[in-house]
Amino acid sequence: MSADAKTQILERLHGALADHPQAPEVPRGYRHTSELSREEIVDMLEDRLVDYKANVFRETTQTVADRIATQLGASARYVIPEGLDTALLPEETAARRAIVDPNDGRKASALTVRDLNRVDAVVTSSTVSCAQTGTIFLSGRPDEGRRAITLVPDHHICIVPLDTVVELIPEAMSRVEPTAPTTMISGPSATSDIELERVEGVHGPRTLDVILLG
Amino acid sequence: MSVTSLGMPAVRPVHGQGNLHAQVAFPKAAKKELQNEQMRANIRHATHTIRHKRAGVVGEVPDWSELRDAGSAIKETVMAHLPELLEQFEQNVVAQGGVVHWARDADEANAIVTRLVQEQDTTDVIKVKSMATQEIGLDEHLAEHGITATETDLAELIVQLGRDKPSHILVPAIHKNREEIREIFSREMPGVTDELTSEPRVLAEAARQHLREKFLTSKVAISGANFGIADTGTLSVVESEGNGRMCLTLPETLITVMGIEKLLPTYQDLEVFFQLLPRSSTGERMNPYTSLWTGVTPGDGPKNFHVVLLDNGRSAVLSDPKGRSALHCIRCSACLNVCPVYEHAGGHSYGSTYPGPIGAILSPQLTGITSEKNASLPYASSLCGACYQVCPVKINIPDILVHLRDEDIRTQHGQRVDQSAPAPASQDPAVGGQDDWREEKSLTQDEGRGGQDTSPREGSLQQLGSRARRAGRRVREAVPSRGLPTQMDAMMKGASFVMSSGQRMAMAERGLPLGRVVAGRDHAIGWLPGVVGGWTDERNVPEPPRESFRNWWKKHEGETAERLERDGVSGAEDPVSADDAAARHSAATGGSPADGPGDDEPGAGPDAVAGAASESTGDPERDNIERGEGRQQNGGRA
Repeated sequence: MSADAKTQILERLHGALADHPQAPEVPRGYRHTSELSREEIVDMLEDRLVDYKANVFRETTQTVADRIATQLGASARYVIPEGLDTALLPEETAARRAIVDPNDGRKASALTVRDLNRVDAVVTSSTVSCAQTGTIFLSGRPDEGRRAITLVPDHHICIVPLDTVVELIPEAMSRVEPTAPTTMISGPSATSDIELERVEGVHGPRTLDVILLG
Repeated sequence: MSVTSLGMPAVRPVHGQGNLHAQVAFPKAAKKELQNEQMRANIRHATHTIRHKRAGVVGEVPDWSELRDAGSAIKETVMAHLPELLEQFEQNVVAQGGVVHWARDADEANAIVTRLVQEQDTTDVIKVKSMATQEIGLDEHLAEHGITATETDLAELIVQLGRDKPSHILVPAIHKNREEIREIFSREMPGVTDELTSEPRVLAEAARQHLREKFLTSKVAISGANFGIADTGTLSVVESEGNGRMCLTLPETLITVMGIEKLLPTYQDLEVFFQLLPRSSTGERMNPYTSLWTGVTPGDGPKNFHVVLLDNGRSAVLSDPKGRSALHCIRCSACLNVCPVYEHAGGHSYGSTYPGPIGAILSPQLTGITSEKNASLPYASSLCGACYQVCPVKINIPDILVHLRDEDIRTQHGQRVDQSAPAPASQDPAVGGQDDWREEKSLTQDEGRGGQDTSPREGSLQQLGSRARRAGRRVREAVPSRGLPTQMDAMMKGASFVMSSGQRMAMAERGLPLGRVVAGRDHAIGWLPGVVGGWTDERNVPEPPRESFRNWWKKHEGETAERLERDGVSGAEDPVSADDAAARHSAATGGSPADGPGDDEPGAGPDAVAGAASESTGDPERDNIERGEGRQQNGGRA
């Protein structure tokens, strides 16, 4: 049945194209490379993220752990992907500890969705960020983890190393592995479905803290 | 479903089925919707808000026109190579552990999805907002098989709980305000208390709690797709709330239904569409969440992935070189938000899953213009061109509307033998149409001359609603049956005969004083007979002038030259001489520049109508608009 349907659809399409339309040359005259300075690009990213109601902090490797501690609060159970550099994290206390996810949902030590629904936060790194649109790309790399860990917890603390910030979408896309499971995040989840009034926080994490690290 | 294979490339186009057919033709449906004041107020607020947001974020992109050019060319490439790209896409999905299914029509797609759900041994599925599944009526089909599909997008949830129909591509519950939504939630959501207020924040929180458990426990999710990438097998869903991510990530099995036109050739092409879509759609620089996935990623996300490639009439759209660019649509809904007809008539008037200007060209092509109820859709436009101006992939909607009107007339005249398989309930469009439109006429007669008697706002509104109606009706009245000359035909032929000769035109002009007598003291003609009576149904015809311009010109043509001579301007090269030459030429040939169209094509009635309409959206005018927009963008950049 399926093969029949395929054959028939392709036959229809070939018939529909009996006039042999010529594909045009795709003009790619849009911008591919930023002309802004590094500072301008990072400023733009911060501006756009704040516009989306994300919290943005500029930290160094010396200050990042304290910042994460502050954002987590004194009492927090939070998830980190296996590949995240633990030197960036605050010291463990009795009330504040990290739970490592093995980045593979099939492993016994992987957190279930129920586990993820109970933790307070998740801390990850990111692949690349686009300043023009205020978009952070996660592509499942070892320090970003599988998709569920940045989705189910209600608070996402995302580290954006400054050398991963670019201005334009084409620049950002070129740094992502096409077949990797990818999530592009531009602020916390939001809806405008009721009278177009924007409400931040629906099903995805309702708090997004972005740490610009460098 | 038979295909005659004669070794020729011509396969009969097969039209789509499902929620593409209007139950009621646009003119009648619009009349009803126009009376819903609340809905109109909601839609006005929403479309104006999004329209302004869009203009703002588009204005800040300096290379917007280059992006549109690229987007348009990429989509044209997709259409030219669709069969090859689909096969490439299939290969890549399969290589990454996915399963590809092909569905010729809505029934086949529904059957495939139902079987896949049943194989997972569940009766509950969660869904991401998807136009394709709505087009094929998947939720209803699943319900018939004992499967409950829960819509997880907030607006779709509101529509589903309210047993309503979506009215806008992007914000399906645009026609409901917060009070109405609160009422639906407190009635339909288990566990909701009286404390539920109509604050959007509170309502969104109620939806979060209502759906949370479903996200965490559902085994199967169903989605649509915004883009499918041929060279990688990647799929993408663009969303805001995170319900998409939930559905695409947490269940064991993911089933994606994608129209075959949603392909892009390369992953690189996404860099264009991720810029065009959000700004055109929600008026945001970027939507909060975009997901990309390729087949199955072991240890991350669903274990089973199926994609159903849906034709359902798309191949029929592709078969018309003049109309196929309707398939370029990326469902941004920018054209809805700028359309004066949509703003007043609302999404429900269009009947189909696809409302607004894009719906007016897509639905009748998917079902075939012989589908009587949809045949009125191409008239649901004032041809103002705003839709084309905002379209991120530059679909020339006005041109296609005019083309489809022409197709409709030809079909009605029996001049065009429809090559396609007949759509349901449209075996004899001419006959079916008559009843329908006669009924419509009685409705409009009730209305009397309301267009003039009401307030200015109401007046313009009435005109909008009725202009499309009347245009369609008049055309239809003019073609009661196939092939026979009609009132309209006779009129057009007559006009052609008179206007193609200066002498005949001059004779006709002698009748002008008669019109002045008819107009009487109020200097207006309020009633005209027959098919032209449609005009006077809603407005008066001003009394004709005392004499024709040609007669006036004959008496006065010397005066300009005399005046210039007085002013001391002369010489063979000046414009006056050129004018004189033109006038002399006209006099010699019996025509004059003021004679109106010298259409010498006999029997060109409907064509002439279409042609005239086409001129009103001519390219120079649109180019001006586009240049205007370009200036605005440059200004916005600073």
